[in-house]
Amino acid sequence: MSAQRPSPVPPSTARARSKVVLRGGRVLDPSQNLDAVGDLVLADGKIENFWRAGDTAYADDYHVVDCAGKVVAPGFIDVHCHLREPGREDVETIATGARAAAVGGFTAVCAMPNTQPVTDNQAAVGFILKQGQAAGAARVHPIGAISLGQEGKALAEFGEMVHAGAVAVSDDGRPVASAHLMRTALEYARTFGIPVADHCEEPTLAVGGAMNEGIVSARLGLKGIPAEAEEIMAIRDILLARRTGGHVHLCHMSTKGSVELIRWGKERGIRVTAEACPHHLSLTEDAVSGYDTNAKMNPPLRTEADVEAIRDAVRDGTIDLIATDHAPHHYDEKEREFADAPNGIVGLETALAVVMTWLVKPGIIDLATLVDRMSVSPARTFRLPGGSLSRGTVADVTVFDPTCEWTVDPARFVSKGRNSPYAGHTLRGVVMCTIVGGRIVHHTAG
Amino acid sequence: MTSPLGKDLLALEPLTPEQIRLILDTAEPFKEISERAIKKVPTLRGSTIVNLFFEASTRTRISFEFAEKRLSADTVNVTASGSSVSKGETLVDTARNLEAMRIDMVVIRHSASGAAQFLAERIESNVVNAGDGTHEHPTQGLLDLLTLRDHFGSLEGRRVCICGDVLHSRVARSNIWGLKKLGAQVGVCGPRSLLPNAVAELGVEVFDRIEAAIEWAEALNVLRLQLERMQAGYIPSLREYSRVFGVTRERVERAPRDLLILHPGPMNRGVEIDSDVADGPHSVILEQVTNGVAVRMAVLYLLAGGRPELAEAAKRGEK
Repeated sequence: MSAQRPSPVPPSTARARSKVVLRGGRVLDPSQNLDAVGDLVLADGKIENFWRAGDTAYADDYHVVDCAGKVVAPGFIDVHCHLREPGREDVETIATGARAAAVGGFTAVCAMPNTQPVTDNQAAVGFILKQGQAAGAARVHPIGAISLGQEGKALAEFGEMVHAGAVAVSDDGRPVASAHLMRTALEYARTFGIPVADHCEEPTLAVGGAMNEGIVSARLGLKGIPAEAEEIMAIRDILLARRTGGHVHLCHMSTKGSVELIRWGKERGIRVTAEACPHHLSLTEDAVSGYDTNAKMNPPLRTEADVEAIRDAVRDGTIDLIATDHAPHHYDEKEREFADAPNGIVGLETALAVVMTWLVKPGIIDLATLVDRMSVSPARTFRLPGGSLSRGTVADVTVFDPTCEWTVDPARFVSKGRNSPYAGHTLRGVVMCTIVGGRIVHHTAG
Repeated sequence: MTSPLGKDLLALEPLTPEQIRLILDTAEPFKEISERAIKKVPTLRGSTIVNLFFEASTRTRISFEFAEKRLSADTVNVTASGSSVSKGETLVDTARNLEAMRIDMVVIRHSASGAAQFLAERIESNVVNAGDGTHEHPTQGLLDLLTLRDHFGSLEGRRVCICGDVLHSRVARSNIWGLKKLGAQVGVCGPRSLLPNAVAELGVEVFDRIEAAIEWAEALNVLRLQLERMQAGYIPSLREYSRVFGVTRERVERAPRDLLILHPGPMNRGVEIDSDVADGPHSVILEQVTNGVAVRMAVLYLLAGGRPELAEAAKRGEK
């Protein structure tokens, strides 16, 4: 078995050979400490060259895109989304999800395996890959299940899944309740050089919970999920990573306590990485007041102190990267009593703008940090292609306007999902152009 | 018609003290109607009210029904065992169907917190919350306030302790907000496993021991202990609960002052409250039931656009 994972190729190579020039943008690539105005040249699906601002003339076979006033960055990579296919094609397909990703500036997304049936074998992984290629939008990297059927009992065949194209394993949506299974998964995943991504939730503490446990849950009469449900599993996973030397990746961290535990682990050289979601960086449990089911997700929205801690952790790198946890649901499923509504919101098409609005605009992080957390760091953490604009890298590029403001209207989403708590919010930051393997897969006018 | 309460009565938390006093004041003239031989006034003649009960209820449903009938409204009772979901129809479809039948008001009891608000946001009819999950039970809170006011005159500075399973109690929440808005001091007493973790942030005194609560309080509102709490592991046994937290005659007799005893019913005699206490001289439990009808008449009257200053006239039978 080869140690090298086969990389998904963009669906159509028809235009991949054409040459693209992204002219006059602010080229921002933290992977090589590059922040300069100039022209980025893409050819044969690779980054060919970068010319500092000047009057370089290009031959007719170059497709020139004017990027003046825009940021040109390595393409965003979302290591955590739910594309629902196979099983719930009524709420999202790999094609609609991959197109929504492209609209959001993502050149690659990792699809979580909690599909129906569960993506827990090489054939299922191959199917995800094939559908992703056919979509011809963002690259779709499959994540395989940790356990067969995500039942938390027997390990799935990591080796075959990795060989078929899986980039990580996770039972996301469900916690890995058994510490023994988690330990074994971390050990076994080491063999194949992939992270084990865990949804940290102590199931007996979280059972029946619909929101964060605190004053708001007490007022609303909703069963709460205490911060400790996440933190207990976070520290368990960190300790097991220390024991096994495996790479544990903690999904959607939401509490101040988790940040402290991750910091503790990193200080000791334990192989722990972590992600935060745009909604945990921007909204608090107060969004649940009024029983808005579009503010229902797991882990739940927490307190202001938690949000501040997560923001700080994204700034200082304790949290390595930003991932969307894009989770489309049918309108009818969210249009019901709060406790019965499913968890999750769509995020691919608002991620950049939410991070821009809540972190960059108030000066908590700078644009280079945003690009690092949304592109460079995800590529490094999950060992994926992209995440850099250095010569010879795959030409996965995102061009965005960091000042343009727009109002979120879920009816205009490319995703089939409409379940967004940002409906009606005016956000800053719009993706102008998304390029995958040198091919423009999303381009907005203007 | 805009009522001084707005379109709906969903909870006491968002109400102003003035709105709560208005309801209680409006209830006063309605009390007398129930004492007559012919217990009926034409105030809501022609109005249709649906009592939509997704959760079993005897007392609250009957109380609402009497209130509606004594105001001459046309009423329909819809009871569904289990939730609308298990019935196959979603709550929003149920609501739209009712709306299509041109009803004026819906009284809803539902096992999900927020269900009344959900309904209210989706239909134009007035919605009265008759208990939603573990959120609020505003008319119960109001009838408790009315009963306390009958005895205390004013609630300002009075000390009322809510005893028992506050965590799962919609009655507790409505009482806490209502009492605080009317200036009372509120205590809660129960095992910590049955109090919300953030209970102190609700602005109440917390008592771990029932003896301390009784020493402090001028009135106890004793909550029903749902028997399933024991199975769910919140408390080890009903026997121990009764011994540690039960409101017994012995304990009540040691109170330093006269104590009013309230209970929203139905009672578990011998568990949270002893029969001696429930039937004893300090108990106002049946007054609560009587006041329940008057308070609900007041709420329906006000939501229907009735003017509070005309409640006296309504009582006399003038529409």
